[in-house]
Amino acid sequence: MGILTPAVKENAGKIKNNRSSDTVMEYVMYAIAVVFLVILMYPLYFIVIASFSDPSAVAGGQVWLFPKGFTLDGYKELLKHQNIWIGYRNTILYTVVGTIIGLAVNISAAYALSRKDLAGRKFLSLFFIFTMFFNGGLIPTFLTIRDLHMYDTFLVMVLPFSVGVYNIIVARTFFQTSIPGDLWEAAQIDGCGNLRYFAQVVLPLSKAIIAVLGLWIAVGHWNSYFNALIYLKNPDLHPLQLILRNILITNQMQSGMGTGEAAQIALRLANMMRYSVIIVATVPIMCVYPFVQKYFNQGVMIGSVKE
Amino acid sequence: MRSAGTSPGRMFGQMKRNWGLYLLLLPAVVLTLLFAYKPMYGILIAFKDYSPALGIADSPWAGFKYFEKFFNSYQFSNTIKNTLIISLYSLVTFPIPVMLALMVNQMRPNRFRRFFQTVSYMPHFISTVVMVGLMMILLSPSTGLVGNLYSLFGKEAPDLMGSAGLFSSVYVWSDVWQHVGWDSIIFIAALSAVDPSLYEAATVDGASRWHKIRYIDIPMLMPTAVTLLILRVGGLLGVGFEKVYLMQNDLNSTSSEILSTYVYKIGLLSSQYSFSSAINLFNTVINFILLIIVNQISKKMSENSLW
Repeated sequence: MGILTPAVKENAGKIKNNRSSDTVMEYVMYAIAVVFLVILMYPLYFIVIASFSDPSAVAGGQVWLFPKGFTLDGYKELLKHQNIWIGYRNTILYTVVGTIIGLAVNISAAYALSRKDLAGRKFLSLFFIFTMFFNGGLIPTFLTIRDLHMYDTFLVMVLPFSVGVYNIIVARTFFQTSIPGDLWEAAQIDGCGNLRYFAQVVLPLSKAIIAVLGLWIAVGHWNSYFNALIYLKNPDLHPLQLILRNILITNQMQSGMGTGEAAQIALRLANMMRYSVIIVATVPIMCVYPFVQKYFNQGVMIGSVKE
Repeated sequence: MRSAGTSPGRMFGQMKRNWGLYLLLLPAVVLTLLFAYKPMYGILIAFKDYSPALGIADSPWAGFKYFEKFFNSYQFSNTIKNTLIISLYSLVTFPIPVMLALMVNQMRPNRFRRFFQTVSYMPHFISTVVMVGLMMILLSPSTGLVGNLYSLFGKEAPDLMGSAGLFSSVYVWSDVWQHVGWDSIIFIAALSAVDPSLYEAATVDGASRWHKIRYIDIPMLMPTAVTLLILRVGGLLGVGFEKVYLMQNDLNSTSSEILSTYVYKIGLLSSQYSFSSAINLFNTVINFILLIIVNQISKKMSENSLW
């Protein structure tokens, strides 16, 4: 203790005082955290128990903490709706193919842009970044797609909008900060070209960024309905989200107006399915996240705003 | 950087040596040219009387006719007002993920913290369609959770989804619920980069937890926060189409018609291509100007800027 300066000794009293105020703060903080958890989790939990409950019990407000009148009718009803399964199949196809294309296009472009010895690097970066802030807009883009005969095709869902400038920037920063420049010099001496170096050295070192971007792109494909709404007409090509829209939203809005017997039956079926359909549509994509989670706090995302 | 492009001969040699890098860039460049730059040419139809039979180049010029039409229509002030209300309201909630990150950063790295983080990310993976469906279910005054809560107290619930006055609140707070955890990731990553010796030194100097947050954590987050804020302001008139469009109904239409939904309705639902493009272009240009102004202000005041 002899080495402590007088200023530190004086502070020791302050530190003690701070300890007790810190403890109070900690209790308050954990209390807030628990309230926060309840607000976030309860709506999701409610959907889960409602999906296993008797629809009339749910509508009557009897379902709070546990399923009431346990039933699997909601899920059985789902099985009968073929268009849901067509949508499911389409969404899986769009997500898988779209994610592969998106990763290939964005990761390779990002790597090239991360190399300081790329002539014209500044111009090429600007070429991409400009499109983040300025674009042709809905109708000109629509006309372009139509002129290229991509309207109402499988391709329109996976190819045209696969370049994500934000993704490229994040990946570029990742390459700049975590792939040592010496590696490339060493590889060059060994007579290794750019392409082989990229495939055999860079990619194996980049699992984190591939996982993170892959998740972003996959979630985007799984969840979006905009492109399908604009560019698809054929119901056999519709993704799950467009079909969900009919079940969850369009039906519900019309339900207030329809009075005929057919409308009543349609409404009852829709009500029965709406909880189970939410579960079936959301659980798969949520399951992907834990596999990728470990990469997220590693500062991959911070790259996006650093440069 | 300087050495890269000094003499054309050297630059050419470098390009030749790095041909593999250009090959890696090729797919992204081609896709961007086709689906981002080519539609920009199509913006011309905003100044023309576009007819599909004649094509973009041969359609007759219309000058600023469609811009005037928009400025004189009653939807002009209405859509701009609604768009601005929603985006300014969202902007006000910008500090919430920052506060959440500060809180998570104070938690000890244990099971609870991991659980808390995982749960707070989960709602982000819900698609827009499911989210709006969820809101219709939970906020319904007759059968939803909100309705049941009110009836517990013997009161009549407000129709949250069918109220023009509450539209922006429902939109913004449901967004906060869904994305607050996800949006906080980037700030948590920024905080994890703080040098632990700073905290130790602060403890020795008698700083409380609160002091450490105030004088270490918050300054540490500023560059990240400012960059994200600039991007948000640049998108002030760019409120996304997907969620608003799904939330629209006859009851809330006076406050739920925003620029992007109006562009869609005029353009694709009623096929007024030129008129729709004019509105869209107006929107893009204002966004672009806002971004430049905010970036300039930020450059002067805090040395943070996008370029």
